Amino acid sequence: MNCSNNLFSKILNNNIGRYLIPAAVCIIAIVFIIFGFIRGEAGIVLKKAVNICLECIGIG
Amino acid sequence: MAKAKNNNKVRLSVQAVWAAVTNSYVIGFIQGKIYKGSLKNLCVPGLNCYSCPGALGSCPIGALQSVLGSRGFKFAFYIVGFLMLVGAICGRFICGFLCPFGLIQDLLHKIPFPKKIKMFKGDKLLRILKYIILLVFVIILPMFFVDISGNGTPYFCKLICPAGTLEGGIPLVIMDKMLQSIIGFLYTWKLVILGIIIFLSIIIYRPFCKYICPLGAIYSIFNPISFYRYKVDKNACINCGKCSENCKMGIKPNINPNALECIRCGDCKKICPTGAITSGFKNKPSCKNKDVKHEKDKCGKL
Repeated sequence: MNCSNNLFSKILNNNIGRYLIPAAVCIIAIVFIIFGFIRGEAGIVLKKAVNICLECIGIG
Repeated sequence: MAKAKNNNKVRLSVQAVWAAVTNSYVIGFIQGKIYKGSLKNLCVPGLNCYSCPGALGSCPIGALQSVLGSRGFKFAFYIVGFLMLVGAICGRFICGFLCPFGLIQDLLHKIPFPKKIKMFKGDKLLRILKYIILLVFVIILPMFFVDISGNGTPYFCKLICPAGTLEGGIPLVIMDKMLQSIIGFLYTWKLVILGIIIFLSIIIYRPFCKYICPLGAIYSIFNPISFYRYKVDKNACINCGKCSENCKMGIKPNINPNALECIRCGDCKKICPTGAITSGFKNKPSCKNKDVKHEKDKCGKL
């Protein structure tokens, strides 16, 4: 377990892992955002957000 | 110590400015209405109820539950992508600097109290609660406990979120007589939760962030891998333990500077006598400790 933790730590902190891992996550995230936007998820968010959310304020 | 206080002032200013900017729909506070413009397509990075009269953007946790609970979609690419992007860039820096509910807790903790609690038995175990809340109330219940039309309920917002009560529930109910006529047990329940969080925030630093916040739980996963990270120069660190003593989130920055619980407040950096703790998108070695030969060499090369 300790050995795997050290290995994970080494991967995260070497020059490649330091930037490659977050960069890969960012790319996947941007693809997700575009895909979600295209299939209309932003509309769902907007629809919920422009009306008073009765659950959020403790009524509904 | 003075530097740490100065750091806190800077952080409080950033938090206050950000909270003011993202809640700048002043008409909403005057008329008891909420902003209905297209900016609400976008999420703010911190926990900020979209039913706050001043809110210009959407709350990512509320938005996540809305999409997961909607009939048409069973995965929220748009929101998950947003959270991944923010998390991969700066992790829980958001909690420390850009969360309005974090700011409220910070201010509450400044209220004097006879005995402030930093650590207690069961603290570490209780911190797992926020991951359970994320899984159960934000993901599983809205996704699977749907009504007859196939739509889920934002259970976290409905049953737990004190930010919604404080930022949306209280101002809207005060200003809207129709809402006043329909409040019931749920409103009382949420006021009790808010009251408990407010009281606990006075004696414990950021109890909501430590034990309950599902947004903090999400960002915490990105802390060890985000672009913005903390780094400890082991050659400069003298293991004095001042960083751990000073850390209000109860972590040990000299051992694990990118711990899941770190909200990037920066107190450890300011208190470190040798400047061994640095942060940024590109961790450069510290030049503060001129007594350490190794550090001198490094600094000379820069």
